[in-house]
Amino acid sequence: MTARTHLPVGEEAIRLKGWWRAHRFLLLRRLSQAFFLGLFLLGPWFGLWWVAGTLAGSRSFGILPLTDPMVLAQSLVAGHLPELTALIGALIVLAAYALIGGRVYCSWVCPINPVTDAAHWLHARLGLQKGWQPKRHTRLWLLAMVLVVSALTGTIAWEVVNPITMLHRGLVFGMGFAWALVALVFFFDLLVSRRGWCGHLCPVGAFYGLLGTHSLLRVSATRRAACDDCMECFAVCPENHVIAPALRGAPGKTPLILSPDCTNCGRCVDVCSVNVFEFTHRFDQHVEVLPPPDRSGTTAA
Amino acid sequence: MPAAATPLSPQRRRFLMDTARMAGGCALAGGALAWLGHEARALPAEALRPPGALPEADFLAACIRCGLCVRDCPYDTLALAELGEDGPATGTPFFTAREVPCEMCDDIPCVAACPTAALDPALTDIDAARMGSAVLVDQENCLNFLGLRCDVCYRVCPVIDAAITLEPSHNERSGHHAIFAPTVHAEHCTGCGKCEKSCVLPEAAIKVLPLRLARGAPAAHYRKGWEEMEEHGGPLVEGIIDLPDRLPGPGTDTRAAPGGFEPSFRLPGAPVPGAGE
Repeated sequence: MTARTHLPVGEEAIRLKGWWRAHRFLLLRRLSQAFFLGLFLLGPWFGLWWVAGTLAGSRSFGILPLTDPMVLAQSLVAGHLPELTALIGALIVLAAYALIGGRVYCSWVCPINPVTDAAHWLHARLGLQKGWQPKRHTRLWLLAMVLVVSALTGTIAWEVVNPITMLHRGLVFGMGFAWALVALVFFFDLLVSRRGWCGHLCPVGAFYGLLGTHSLLRVSATRRAACDDCMECFAVCPENHVIAPALRGAPGKTPLILSPDCTNCGRCVDVCSVNVFEFTHRFDQHVEVLPPPDRSGTTAA
Repeated sequence: MPAAATPLSPQRRRFLMDTARMAGGCALAGGALAWLGHEARALPAEALRPPGALPEADFLAACIRCGLCVRDCPYDTLALAELGEDGPATGTPFFTAREVPCEMCDDIPCVAACPTAALDPALTDIDAARMGSAVLVDQENCLNFLGLRCDVCYRVCPVIDAAITLEPSHNERSGHHAIFAPTVHAEHCTGCGKCEKSCVLPEAAIKVLPLRLARGAPAAHYRKGWEEMEEHGGPLVEGIIDLPDRLPGPGTDTRAAPGGFEPSFRLPGAPVPGAGE
């Protein structure tokens, strides 16, 4: 689309639903990201040691252990059997994300998400080309590679370069050159590959995607009959191939977004002016039957 | 096999091509990652691991870089290595003895904090820790070796008189003083670094080094005769003849001829040794 036949993304939703309702999940998500980072910073900044450690491994209220299961998986294949504390911590995290969707980690917790979102925002503002787009399953290959390298070298291989834990550790413990790595991800997404890092390469995202394959929490295109083809959900979705099967599915096909790539960010729920999407659970198959929408240029305004 | 008769499917060709490309790309990326990991393995000599740390190779498989040991260290001894700034693998804990040595807490909180056993929970007695070993690296500048009584490293040592002793010897330079040489006994040294921290010189003459640098290793087949003899309660070989010992001096057998052998000939008029005037 070279000619601007369309309002800026989100305008219509703001007009019809109000600014808050059109940004609800985006704001909640930013709050959640700040909240989880803030928990880790309470100790070093204010001496409140509710949570100590980093995203790789932490201890809450002196008792609750949490461990990043992917880091632990690398440690296991590298040939180290960790103490029970780390194993329990990883099981708790595994269970939580298996329930609510693995990639909830990506959009609601991961500190790199604001970085890549910022890169995407600037990318859209500058009107840049989408650039190099490796296949989305490249990240699965990279995940396998990380485990193989861990096993062969006997080290936790991904932690040598993982921008997620490096940024988080940098914020909590002191940064060093980790900034450079974060900047690298930013400029990769901005200049080389639109949505490239989280969407195509990050093996941590791939791991959490696999973890949430059967998760309960799902976005559903419950009111897909109301869709007026404005395409705004496709424009905001970081993994927009997940939408079509649910939104454009034939009658009788599930309205649920079942792809494990969906990060449950809820941006589609926000941006849809006719409220097609909602959060629900994976057994909720109901579809609202509505009179056919007026597709005669509601968005042209 | 009639496989040759099957028409080649473009889908299969594309699948095979894609797979080969992915595998090739991953092999390259994996090689780069392994190389980076290998580089990160070179631990600089001044970076010491916390007490109970597994051997470096095992440690890198076990440490998830969570920083809980750093948080629970009451003396802010430990730090996490930062990317590009400190030597050890990024995110792993270390300390620098000359800056903040290990205080050797009895309850070893860093080990208790470690969720993965990268710091071995079997270490319950801090005196058994082997974070490294002190080495008196510079005898030429050590004040005690110059004949002064500095003794600071000896006095701050938490395992004083076991890990460091002062070995007196004659001071040849002054002729009538003693040298009290600080001497490290590695089997008792925990590598806490207090001696290095407290050395009064601008650059410490005693340094704590990782064991791989601080220590040699005896060959497996070496036996120390005096130890074997003590263990056995006598010579290991029955009926062994005790030949005269060769001792320093002009001759070789000072017991047979104190002061040395009788020379086989003597210049006319030369004094006879031991005969007196």
